[in-house]
Order: sequence, then C-alpha cells, then structure tokens
Amino acid sequence: MELFAQQVMAGLASGAIYACIALALVMIYQAIGHVNFAQGEMATFSTFLSWQMMQWGSPYWAAFVAAVALSFAGGMLIDTVVFRPIRKASVLSQIVMFVGLLAILNSLSGFIWDFTSKPFPTPLGSGPLSGFRFMGMHQAAMMAITALMLVLLYCFFRFTSVGLAMQAAAENPDSARLVGVRVELMIALGWGMAAGIGAVAGIMIAPIVFLEPNMMLGIMLYGFAGAVLGGLASPLGAVIGGFLVGLIENLAGTYIPAVGAELKLTIALAIIIVVLVVKPSGLLGPRHAQRV
Amino acid sequence: MALMQNVQVASSSRAILGSRWSLGIVFLAAALLAPFLLHKFYVFQMTLVLIYAIAILGLNLLVGFNGQLSLGHGAFFALGAYTAAMLIEHGGVNYAATLPAAGVICFIFGFLFGLPALRLDGIYLALATFALSVATPQILKLSVFETWTGGVQGLIVTKPDAPPGLPLTADQWLYFLTLGVSMLMYWVAVNLVASRTGRALRSVRDNPLAATAMGVNTAYYKTLAFGISGAYTGIAGALSAIVVQFVAPDSFTLTLSISILVGLVVGGVGWLPGAIFGASFILLVPNIAEGISKGLAGAVYGVMMILLMLVLPSGVSTPVRWMQRKFQAWAK
Amino acid sequence: MSMLLQVRGLRAAYGQTEILRGLDFDVGKGAVTALLGANGAGKTTTLRALCGSIRRQGSITLDGVPISGKSTEEIVRLGVGHVPDGRGTFLKQSVENNLKLGAITRSDRQGIAEDIEKIYDYFPILKQRRSQQAGLLSGGEQQMLAVGRALMLRPKILLLDEPSFGLAPLVVREIFGIFRKLKEASGVGILLVEQNASLALDLADHAYVLETGRVGFSGKAEDVKNNEQLKRSYLG
Repeated sequence: MELFAQQVMAGLASGAIYACIALALVMIYQAIGHVNFAQGEMATFSTFLSWQMMQWGSPYWAAFVAAVALSFAGGMLIDTVVFRPIRKASVLSQIVMFVGLLAILNSLSGFIWDFTSKPFPTPLGSGPLSGFRFMGMHQAAMMAITALMLVLLYCFFRFTSVGLAMQAAAENPDSARLVGVRVELMIALGWGMAAGIGAVAGIMIAPIVFLEPNMMLGIMLYGFAGAVLGGLASPLGAVIGGFLVGLIENLAGTYIPAVGAELKLTIALAIIIVVLVVKPSGLLGPRHAQRV
Repeated sequence: MALMQNVQVASSSRAILGSRWSLGIVFLAAALLAPFLLHKFYVFQMTLVLIYAIAILGLNLLVGFNGQLSLGHGAFFALGAYTAAMLIEHGGVNYAATLPAAGVICFIFGFLFGLPALRLDGIYLALATFALSVATPQILKLSVFETWTGGVQGLIVTKPDAPPGLPLTADQWLYFLTLGVSMLMYWVAVNLVASRTGRALRSVRDNPLAATAMGVNTAYYKTLAFGISGAYTGIAGALSAIVVQFVAPDSFTLTLSISILVGLVVGGVGWLPGAIFGASFILLVPNIAEGISKGLAGAVYGVMMILLMLVLPSGVSTPVRWMQRKFQAWAK
Repeated sequence: MSMLLQVRGLRAAYGQTEILRGLDFDVGKGAVTALLGANGAGKTTTLRALCGSIRRQGSITLDGVPISGKSTEEIVRLGVGHVPDGRGTFLKQSVENNLKLGAITRSDRQGIAEDIEKIYDYFPILKQRRSQQAGLLSGGEQQMLAVGRALMLRPKILLLDEPSFGLAPLVVREIFGIFRKLKEASGVGILLVEQNASLALDLADHAYVLETGRVGFSGKAEDVKNNEQLKRSYLG
C-alpha cells in the first residue's frame, strides 16, 4: 500500500511535467495547426539560461522568473521571425523548419554549456515532505507550481479579453479578424506562452534528470503521449493526458516485471499508437471524422 | 556542302543536348567515371548518397505521390539493415540476395503498418510514425533479441569482395552495385508513377473522396503505398549494412527518419529526381557545417535548413526545373 | 446626404480570375444601399474586398479616410462591421462571448455591457441562450448573433452578406425588421448584399445591380423595384 501511494505520487509529480509539455504543444497546435517539435529544446535552452543566471549569483526564484520572462519573449520572437513568414507553406516545409530550430537550439546549448550533466538546484530542498511519507519536497514543489500555473492560465483564458481574443484567433482566424483581433499578434502570444510553460517544465525537471542538452528528449515523448491521449484539440485534455501518462509510466514500471527502464519509453509510444488507432482525437477530443 | 553538313551536325548535337535526358546523361557519365578518379573516401560518400537517395525515393512515393506522412522511415531503414546483417552473419546468405529479402520483409511490414495508419492522417499519422521511429532503437536494444541483433553493440558485417575477374576494388564494386540498384529502383519508380497504379496513388493524394467515388480502392492503395515505400527504404537500409559493414541500434534513431524527411523536402516533394539532391544535402551539408564551426555544426545545419525553406519552400526542384527549361529553350 | 463610403474603380481577382472589374458606388450615412445581382456577379467579393480580406485595387474611402491599403484588423477598427456569408460564428464560445468578441477592440466596460443589453432587446432569444454554446444555435439565431456581434463594434457602416440565406421567412422578417429599426434609429450606413431582390429593395433607399463585376444599373430603390424590364433582365 505504501509503495502504491508513493508510486501514485511520483506518477503525478512527473505527470505534472508531462502535463506542462503537453499543454505547451496543444497551445501552439491550436494556434497554428502544427506541432512544435522543438518544444523540448526550447525548454532545455530556457533551463540553461536560468542555470547560468544562478551561476552568476542570482537567487533561485529571481532566475526562475527571469528565465520564464526571457523564454516568453524568445518564443514570440521565434514565431515572428521564423514561422510567420511561412504561415502558408506546406506541412512538410514547416516540419523541416521545426527540425532546423531544434538543431540550432540543441547545438547552441551544447556549444555554450557543453554536454556534461549538471546538477540543478531545487527550490525547497530534496528531503521528504514533512509529515507526508509518500512524497518528496521537490515532487510537492513540482505539483504545486504546475497547479498554480494551470490556475493562472485558466483565469487568463476565462476572464481576460486577451485570453478570449486568443481563443477566437485560434478557433476562427477569419472571423477574429472581422472583429478586429490582431491574429498574428495572438499567435505570437501563444508561442510566447508555450515557451514560458516549457521553461517552467524544464526548470522543474532538471533537478531530477540533471541538466544537459538532451535532457528533454524522453520527456518530450511523454509530453506528446499526454497531448495525444488527451486530444490535441483540448488544453484540458492535454493536462489530464500528461498526468495519466505519468501515472501509467510509474505504475507500469513498478508493477509489471517485464517493464524495466528500457521499456518505459516504449510504454509511452505504445500509448500514443494505441490511442491514435482506437480514438485518434483522444479522450477529450471531438469524434474524429473518418477521412475516406 | 561542308557548311550544310556542319549545320546539320550542330543542330543534331543541340537536339541531343536539349533533350529531356541531357542533364541525366551528364550526371550518369560523371557517376560512372567518378570512382576511378576519386579517393576511396569520396567513393564511400557517394555510395552513401546513393543509398539515402533510394530511401528518399521510397518516402517520396508515400508522401509526394500518395499524400501520406511519415516521420518513421528510419524504422524501415533499420529493418532492412538488420535483415541484411542477420542473414549475412547468422545465415551465411550471399549479400546480393539480402537486398530482395529486405525488400520483401519491409514491404510486408510497411503494408501491415499501413493498415492501422488508414485511420490516421495529418498530424496524427505524423505522431504515430514519430513514435515508431523513437521505438526502433529501443526495440533493437532489447535483451530478449540480443542473440540475433547483437544488442547494444550491434553486428559487424563482413565486407564483400568485388567479384573475381573484375578490375575493381571492393569499394568501387559496392559503389557500382549501389549505382545499379539505385538506377533500377529509380526506373521502377518512374514507371510506377506513370502507370495505372501510380495514377490511383495520386488520385488518393489529390482527392480521396472523389477517388472513392470513381471506384478507386483507397484503402488498398494507401497500404500499398506504405508497403512499396517501406520496401524501397528497406533495400536502402540493406545496402547501408553491406557498405558500412556495421549495424547498431543507435545508428537508427529519430534523427535518421528526420534526415530522410528533410532530404525529401529539400529535393522537392513529388519530384523523383529530387532524391539525389536531397540525399546530397543531408549527407554533405552537416560535413560542411562542421567545417564552418566544429562546436556549432548543428546550429549551422539548422540555419541552412531554415534559410533553404524560406527561400525555396518547394525544395531545389524549383530552380533545377527552371534551369532545365532554360537549357531546353536555348537548345532549340 | 454625405457619402459614408466611396468606392471608385474597385478591382479584385481570385488567382487569375478577375471578379471585380472596376466598381463605382457609394453608401450614404443613415441609408441602406442594396447590392444586387445574379450568382457570380461579385457581390460577396465586393464585401470581402471592402474589408481587406482579399487583394484589391482601386480607391475606397470611409468617412474621408482611404482604406484600400489597410489590413482587415485596421479597417474593422475604423468602424466597419462585416456580417459575412456563413455568419462566421465562434461556435465553441458562448453566445455572450461572441457578443463580447464583437466589442474586443473597445475598452469602455460600461458601454459594452449596455450594448449587450441593447442587442438582447433586439433579439430576446439570444438573451435566453446567452450562456449556451453558439454552435448549438439554429441558423436564424446564429444570424441574429452575427448581426449583434457586428453591432457591438458600434460601427459606422454595416456590411451584410446575404442575411436571408437559408432562413425561414418568419425569421427573415424578424431580422429585416431589426435592420429597419437600425436604419431609423442609429444613423449607421448599411450595405446590403442580397440574392432576394424584392426583400432588399423593400428596405433599401438606393440600389446597385452588379453584372459580371461591374455596375450594370444604379438608382433609387423604388425605381428599380418598379422597373419590370430591369428586374427581368438583371434579377430574374
């Protein structure tokens, strides 16, 4: 029972990270209809930025906030400079652009900060949560920060004009223009927010997997699995999907003997493929119209 | 009299130069002479370019001519490579025979993958194939398969010698073998595209609903496309096992699938000759990038990709075809 | 009557096909101008060109300000409310959010709230359905919502693209009744594109009949209505 509770908590904690990545992926997908394959690299780069600031003497939270803010700006910049000019290009050309972006960020990270794994600080220390045997301090921090971020995002979309305008731009850009929404700006904002969310995810996961340029590779996969499971059409679905993937990963790893470390990643992939074959639009997505 | 003859000779050589195949003939001549003029490292590189061109050709048939998407062709490449390696090392099979074997196995696998893929399109198909790519090295590393696959370390493949009697080094022989195979497969692809099957494939790409309404069995052609495409890439994989003399799980990661896709887009989707340009790009540009900056090689490569997409969103097919037209107009 | 909208030499094409070949027309303040013509004459294209949704050439002046080079967002912010064919409803949003989106460029919260109530006065059914998802509304209700959304902008000019399309006669009468009220009460200029010529001519002050991208005939609505020969040859 104790093991189960621990694993559930661990699953929810890592699920929080996958939920963040899944959310970032779905936000951009909703805005431009393409999956940002470079999301992980962007998050890694942001995490390096915060690490560098801490190396220069900045306290943890200042570096955290600064990295998120810089990532937001960076995301908007990337959209405006790289993706806005090719808005109308084919799916394949856009995929190649994402690949290019991925290569640039990965290489830059390696070049500036090298490929050795670096330890990364955690805001609350790494001991167990006082009084609660099933969870570590950092895991609690991950879940709390993710929860806070999700609440803020929810309020943003539900209660602000900009949030409403962004939803309109994503749902129906033509109509949005007809009410005066600056659609391109909304898309850039979506990119910025996705980049910021990715930064939070990276900073949260770095203490566990250690900071190095390829840190997000496996996590991206879980993030994709979460996004697909929840349905690419729904931010809420992405979040739920991310948490579910975290739970499945941890519980399967603990209770199914055949699943060792090597197969954990394959679990994520199996989830993706099974969901796609059975219900492509995911748990919370619309019923997928069958293309003939 | 002599003047008339000169004019005749001039106009007929212009006719030859202006024909559709003039560019191809030039390439072919260069390709046939190259291995005798270049250092063996360059011969090896050229062989690799041809191998990737075959893989890209396969992907083009699926993506460019049938309208599906795949980020997973590295899996077919790996399957073909391991099939060849295992047949040679464990089965004692002659290396040339492994090519059709890899082709058949990859066709079957492609066809089978194509079945559930029928339910997916666009981003969902991309993600499913993406998952396939990432799973491939994981599956290859599984200890349960280790006796056959060699596990994490992979397998070493014995290098075949040139057939006795031919005055060629092993490298030159492998080059010509690859050249021959690639020309054959290109010829098959061209004829396939122009055939009834090819028209059916393209109709599914252009308007699946209309195709069905006209009696085209869309499901059959979509899975067929996956099968054929897989077979092509599998044969390329088999050749790579023989030429590189080594297969290991980490040679067949997601990066490979993405490279093949990048090569396709750079060459020009839906334009068969693009394969050779795309293959050259993905093989040579990373080397050039490393030459420009060792530490930032990836970044330079990425920048070049992005610039190319901004300037030539349809790949090099645009300028090459333009040049061809100008050339033909001049030759008239 | 001063001209709210002045169009001279408007040209527009879809790819290589030229649809508008040099249109000239005006819309007056507080007046309803009808744009009539057969299918394919270019009516919807004209409205799209005015909004900047498609590439166009020529001179377009709104209240003295040239708008032929501006983007859609800028044109809308200058007071052009477009109710597109197909309505363009934000199906996933609630009815009230659709109205709020109409006012997204405004910052006067009090004014926006008042205007929403005004729209509910015009269209009580929308008030009943204010929290419902707009995608669940019937065609007529969505049309009302689309008009309401455009009105939330407090536009100087209202562009209406086939508002009667696909709607039951009773609903059409209700909606056109609202248009009449608007014309009398608010001084907003209305450019009305309609296939249903008699319906449009009943409401309009002035009419233009388009024929293959050019103005074939223009005149007072009454004259067009009473001109049997005209109606037969242009309006079928």
